[in-house]
Amino acid sequence: MVTTDSIRRSSARIAQMPSFALSVLWFLIHLVISIFFIVLGIADAVENYLISSGFLKRYDAINVGKLRYLAIVVDSEDAMQINKALKLLQWLTDIGVKHVCLYDSEGVLKKSKEIILERLSCAKLYEEGDEKSVLDSKTMIIEFTSQSDGKEALVRAANLLLKRLRSLGENQEEKIFTEAQMTEALKAVGSGGPEPDLLLVYGPARCHLGFPAWRLRYTEIVHMGPLDSMKYGSLLKSIYNFTLVRQNYGK
Amino acid sequence: MGRFLVNFFCKETMEKEARITEGYWHRFSSFLRNCMFNVLSVGPVPNHIAFIMDGNRRYAKKRNLPVGNGHKAGFSSLLWILGYCYELGVKYVTIYAFSIDNFKRRPSEVQTLMDLMLEKIEEMLKEESIVNKYGIRLCFIGNLKLLSDHVREAAERAMKVTAKNDRAVLLICVAYTSTDEIVHAVEESCEDKLDQSRAVGKINGWGNHSDNDQTSPKDHKHDPVIKVVDLENRMYMAVAPDPDILVRSSGETRLSNFLLWQSSYSQLYCPAALWPDLGLWHLVWAVLSYQRSYPYLQKKRKQQ
Repeated sequence: MVTTDSIRRSSARIAQMPSFALSVLWFLIHLVISIFFIVLGIADAVENYLISSGFLKRYDAINVGKLRYLAIVVDSEDAMQINKALKLLQWLTDIGVKHVCLYDSEGVLKKSKEIILERLSCAKLYEEGDEKSVLDSKTMIIEFTSQSDGKEALVRAANLLLKRLRSLGENQEEKIFTEAQMTEALKAVGSGGPEPDLLLVYGPARCHLGFPAWRLRYTEIVHMGPLDSMKYGSLLKSIYNFTLVRQNYGK
Repeated sequence: MGRFLVNFFCKETMEKEARITEGYWHRFSSFLRNCMFNVLSVGPVPNHIAFIMDGNRRYAKKRNLPVGNGHKAGFSSLLWILGYCYELGVKYVTIYAFSIDNFKRRPSEVQTLMDLMLEKIEEMLKEESIVNKYGIRLCFIGNLKLLSDHVREAAERAMKVTAKNDRAVLLICVAYTSTDEIVHAVEESCEDKLDQSRAVGKINGWGNHSDNDQTSPKDHKHDPVIKVVDLENRMYMAVAPDPDILVRSSGETRLSNFLLWQSSYSQLYCPAALWPDLGLWHLVWAVLSYQRSYPYLQKKRKQQ
């Protein structure tokens, strides 16, 4: 175990090292890591080529049915490249994904939803109750979300419950504050979509960027890299890996 | 007799030499670790790291041990990781010790976990010098009413005893889920707003007075409404800033209802190692990844 005495003595010795040397070491470490990621990127590109060309047989028959609901988080600046987003959605249609939730914190994709739905021949906008609908083989349901469906939606739902509490008055028996009531309140304020099984993050960092918290409980989160360098093979691999996951849900 | 004495003293000397060598090795590895932390500190050091300690049961199964041994090994691993974090300069560490979902496990396992928790809390209180040595304040986060009386009282005692420590904070999430935390925050915020309305009502002379008042108490247009900051102040986790890094061991990539509200701009890290196998190098890699993403995540936080 670490002792404070040893820390004090070592720190005293190290304090004599010039900070310039430490900075150089720090830069060198990060340079080595960057080179490592470049090499990893090349390996990924090779793997992507093998997957896309069908050399890796295990990606041929993916049980897409297991992926009931997919979410995509995109960095808002990248989201301005609508063509990239359209390409990604086209790939998902080809793979056979039925329900997609697109999220970017500023709502850039939400503002462009008409353009996106127009350009994709077999996509329709999400409406409540769509989770249970049976679709033909080509149609994909798309939901557009942003920051206003995250914390702000929870606040709107909270105010709805507050209104209910006020109208019921004091000494009432009804339990207003339960998770089920919160879910209903979120539906009532228009942010009650289903929980995604898988969330793919297209951005520089492995971070969900404020995706609606209420819907993120057991979602598998996978980082795909920037939208600029998106690859069909990586997408297929992420969905395939998802189909192998087994959850205990805490048990 | 002579041979016995020679053997005895040789063994003594060998053991003493082994202890001295071990001591030197310990100090040397401490020194190396300090060098590394000093280099890491050139860049931004996370202020708050959260851990989902997953993989104790698999660890025990791999070694054909009872599940309780896996959790004990997990606790030892936790002490090492905490030491490294506080040495590096991380002020807040949060751990997901027991989820509300975990109550669904076999009753014998739940009881083992509760007993272990009680034992470790008592240990930290008895030798409270360990906690005081690093100046750690303990905070138990979650719906503590769901715990048995013994565990809850021990937790409350631990929080009271360590309340004056201010160098570092350890937040232990027990009987916690994010959705439960959000509902609790909503409930508390609603009560706050009702209290505000009642206070305003008293000032304006509402309540038992006649119906001749011009502004009716049933006119809810001016009632206070809940804002984001109200919910945030009522979260169990309001005692700490949002985590900079969220680590989940054993390679699973989901949050399992942990810090969903607070992790909007947290760097997620999911090493494949099981929790008892997690060590210094995983922590170093987490911090290096965080430093790489830092400019981007800071920009996103500020834009919010």
